[in-house]
Amino acid sequence: MTTLLEVSGVSVTFDGFRAINNLSISIGEPELRAVIGPNGAGKTTFMDIITGKTKPDSGHVLWGEKSLNLLGMSESRIAREGIGRKFQKPTVFEAQTVRENLAMALRNDRGPFDVLFYKRSQRDSTRILELAEEIGLLDQLARKAGELSHGQKQWLEIGMLLAQDPRLLLVDEPAAGMTPAEREQTTDLLKRAAETRAVVVVEHDMEFVRRLNCKVTVLHEGSVLAEGSLDHVTKNPEVIEVYLGR
Amino acid sequence: MTRTPLFANRSVLIVLLVLALFTVFVTLASQATGFGWISTSFVKTLGKTLCLCLIAIAMDVVWGYCGILSLGHFAFFGIGGYAVGMWLMYARTEQIVAGSLAGQALPATPEEISAAIGTQIFGVVGSSEFPPIWAFAHSLPLQLLAVVIVPGLLALVFGWLAFRSRVTGVYLSILTQAMTLALALYLFQNDSGLRGNNGLSGLQNIPGLDAWGQDWISIVFFWASALALGLGYLLFSWVVSGKMGSVIRAIRDDEARVRFLGYHVESYKLFVFTITAMVAAVAGALYYPQAGIINPAEIAPIASIYLAVWVAIGGRGRLYGAAIGAVFVSLASSWFTGGGAPDIDLGFYKLVWTDWWLVLLGLSFVAVTLFFPQGIGGLFDFVAVKRQGDFGPDDGSWRSEEGEAK
Repeated sequence: MTTLLEVSGVSVTFDGFRAINNLSISIGEPELRAVIGPNGAGKTTFMDIITGKTKPDSGHVLWGEKSLNLLGMSESRIAREGIGRKFQKPTVFEAQTVRENLAMALRNDRGPFDVLFYKRSQRDSTRILELAEEIGLLDQLARKAGELSHGQKQWLEIGMLLAQDPRLLLVDEPAAGMTPAEREQTTDLLKRAAETRAVVVVEHDMEFVRRLNCKVTVLHEGSVLAEGSLDHVTKNPEVIEVYLGR
Repeated sequence: MTRTPLFANRSVLIVLLVLALFTVFVTLASQATGFGWISTSFVKTLGKTLCLCLIAIAMDVVWGYCGILSLGHFAFFGIGGYAVGMWLMYARTEQIVAGSLAGQALPATPEEISAAIGTQIFGVVGSSEFPPIWAFAHSLPLQLLAVVIVPGLLALVFGWLAFRSRVTGVYLSILTQAMTLALALYLFQNDSGLRGNNGLSGLQNIPGLDAWGQDWISIVFFWASALALGLGYLLFSWVVSGKMGSVIRAIRDDEARVRFLGYHVESYKLFVFTITAMVAAVAGALYYPQAGIINPAEIAPIASIYLAVWVAIGGRGRLYGAAIGAVFVSLASSWFTGGGAPDIDLGFYKLVWTDWWLVLLGLSFVAVTLFFPQGIGGLFDFVAVKRQGDFGPDDGSWRSEEGEAK
């Protein structure tokens, strides 16, 4: 397992409030990692920093073998480097079909003229079918994404992430609003994805994290409180106090 | 379907067919080429309306599809008009001046001719010097190039600055409006080099075509406008279909999400903004020779707001809707304000439509926005739904793909 993402000494302040405080995390490839923490611990801000949405006040975010600095890059450039993100609320393009949503996410050239002159290839069509099968939406391809159920939208978004073929997947509360059966399928999907790439899951739900059965990072007040297996961190008295004890 | 082939979209074929039939009809009805059922000035009105349709579909692409409510596209339309108008005015004045100087004993030197043209054109603003901006006015090809290049560059620079700073929504609308206002105010000045508030006039006289009457010129411009509209429609149908259409509609709906998919949203907006500005300029270049005159008031922000009203009334997000809106509103406008509509005597008050037309337009804009956001173009959905059959609860709540067409 080599290090794919190295976050070191990152701090960010919003109007005097320190959302992230000297945070350091490193993610390997492949790896499945769960990030937990109480509300306001900085979980979403951590993702915002990696994906370029928020610029930190200090620190480094280094990426890949060449140790590229992600902080100077635009969101779209970071996404093209191979970082995919799934938001807490399912954000798919509701006015477009499932197939269009997946096609847009497929890993292809992203320039305006590449897209304007884009011709759908056999390879892309096959890939869309494979993805649709994987996320269980094969018979929904022609439907508008807005007509899907909440859980199906979540999967569609995960499917779009997989279509991007990223090296690092950032997944924000994937199980929110899912039925137990849907949760189980989601866990399997994430575990499968983590066999070949790095997957970071931010989650509230302990049961879900337990099922992921992976290394856990506990965030508190913008920095890492504990790291290790779920059983290890849940035995940590500090973690019990700030998070589990409440 | 990810990529609808251009012609699989039936509406494109229908629109082109309607446009072709309309062109044939007007050709048969005109004074030059047909039976003279309609006057030359009405042919010009129809030709101008086609140009307005062209800028309306451009507006629909930038607003209805890409979500950028530009209130400045008439600036590009006006620049196109000015660019072609400069050549028209220069070349025609040159002809007249050359004719009047030909009677002299000594042939006029090129300097004298140039000075005489300058006096003729700029006399109204108290000048006789050619401003630098007229450097290429003697050349039709260069001015035609300027029709697309100048607005294209302006849109590119303006768009780059605005989109790069992530200005969106109403702030962007205000910015585009400020751009068009600034341009109009600049052109109003006498020393702008474009004859101030006099604008450019006599554009209906095409140099070199003196033998042709206005009846012929009007029908030729009508054909050119119809051709431009047809080509523009094809171009934009192609742009908004397929993956490009998918991406720009996605930008309209959630641009942050598109960014995280790896698309450089600003480049896409810039592409759409610039290409629509260039098409708007072509529409303007065809419009003003038919109108005969262009002045800075044409570029005033109100014109661009009208453009948004046409597109809203016609139906955003469908190209034919924008064209219908432009036809409907601009023809209704000339009917009401041209005294075509009979005044209504209410006894205590006489409703004069020339005064009340704007109120009527404003009310219909509000009504369409509130009650019928699909606009006039939305009416076609009823036709389409009927054709696909009934998907009511009785038939097991079928979706449209499952039902049998009737």
